[in-house]
Amino acid sequence: MAENTVQETQVQAKPKEPLFGKKERKLLSDPLNDNNPITVQVLGVCSALAVTSLVYPSVVMSIAVVFVCAFSSLFTSLLRNSIPKQVRMIVQLVIIATLVTIVELVLKGFNYPIYKQLSVYIGLIITNCIVMGRLEAFAMANKPWRSFLDGVGNGLGYGAILIIVAFFREVFGKGTLFAGSPLEWNIIGPNNEIVSYTINTAAEGSWLGWYSNNGLMVMPAAAMFLIGIFIWIQRSYNKKLIDIS
Amino acid sequence: MHSTNYIVGFVAIMTTVVAIVLTALFLGLKERSDQNAAIFNKRAILSAVKDQLGDQDPKYMGDQEVLDVFSNQIQQISLDMSGAEVSTADIEALGYKGGQAEHIDMKKEKKKPEGERVLPLYVFDTGSDKIYIISVRGNGLWDEIWGNIALGSDLNTIVGAAFDHQGETPGLGAEIKDNPSFPNMFKGKKIYDENGKYHSVIGVKGGTTKEDFHKVDVISGATVTSDGVTEMMVRGVKYYEPYFNKIQSK
Repeated sequence: MAENTVQETQVQAKPKEPLFGKKERKLLSDPLNDNNPITVQVLGVCSALAVTSLVYPSVVMSIAVVFVCAFSSLFTSLLRNSIPKQVRMIVQLVIIATLVTIVELVLKGFNYPIYKQLSVYIGLIITNCIVMGRLEAFAMANKPWRSFLDGVGNGLGYGAILIIVAFFREVFGKGTLFAGSPLEWNIIGPNNEIVSYTINTAAEGSWLGWYSNNGLMVMPAAAMFLIGIFIWIQRSYNKKLIDIS
Repeated sequence: MHSTNYIVGFVAIMTTVVAIVLTALFLGLKERSDQNAAIFNKRAILSAVKDQLGDQDPKYMGDQEVLDVFSNQIQQISLDMSGAEVSTADIEALGYKGGQAEHIDMKKEKKKPEGERVLPLYVFDTGSDKIYIISVRGNGLWDEIWGNIALGSDLNTIVGAAFDHQGETPGLGAEIKDNPSFPNMFKGKKIYDENGKYHSVIGVKGGTTKEDFHKVDVISGATVTSDGVTEMMVRGVKYYEPYFNKIQSK
């Protein structure tokens, strides 16, 4: 599954490390394109299929994953020399589970509707391969600050794909944008009385009035197609990703 | 390599720290999340009487507004299956802290034998009229579905309905909640026919008119969810019959 071994092994010990040197910036930008957790490493696809039917929950989910990924990397890296090797997976899992529970409790306390909507998927961040994968592959062997950046980068790489997929699925599947958030848009679709959102740009006779919502886009399968298309586009533009073997 | 003692010690300390942090956070946020859950529940009940709330849509009402409408205009009654009112103390004795109708957990009630269940009833006072909001619960395709049905003061005509679900398929079964035209179809339907015979409202495939007082169109592609709604409407509404007969004979 994962083919991510190129750049994480050689970062070690230098007399003085800048806070945002070239390597640090690379840690942040790499997962966005060259080493994207979803389209290149193909990790965390399960939740990417499940939560992306609307943009707003996807944004919340992305923030949650960035938080969990970044801080679990940080804590694992801080503890990396004292974690007994025999139980390291369990220790990593406890750290991840703790952070996910914190996210869950905070959402429950401050944004209950979205907590209801994401339901089990928040809990399933624990099993998101991206988080555990980064801890094993990077945080266990690198210093805290870099591990933290790596976590943020991978969380963002995951979130970016999530939001792009959700955008297409929501617009073409439901004809809305940001539904459920304080800023709701009704963009396309012929029937105004069915969905009446706060901002309605799809007035009768609008130029997109002929479009009827595509039921397939609401289903998780549509995310699979969309991610597949992204991988295709990405690989045809990014020379580094072309598989020689 | 670390010694066994080190490993045990490490794990013990880590688990303790984690347990303390999470417990503190849970307790610190408990009041907030409980209140959120209560508001969520009240908002769902109010969406059944959306039309009667004037231009306010429960979906966009502030939390405080929801609480205000609920405490000022709604009277909560708990019933047993014979139609008798159940006191606050008795509801609390069943394990529902607070003892009001809103504290009754329909999910737990659904698991009990039919005769032992308690039912929540919300009487919404519009100022000139009384609307009775009842709660029904049944099974969809993947998990449970439930709804709040608002009956007019004749205890026969449905004036509003709102459904929700645990995990129905988006775009198909989930339309009972997501597509407002589904609950809207229930408006104006009737529970009893002219002779006073109980029918409730059932879902049929296509071709219903406004005059079909006991039929609504089901969602295409969501047969099992729709059957669940029908079953829930026929069985769940009947639970309230003894109480309705009581207040009508008064």
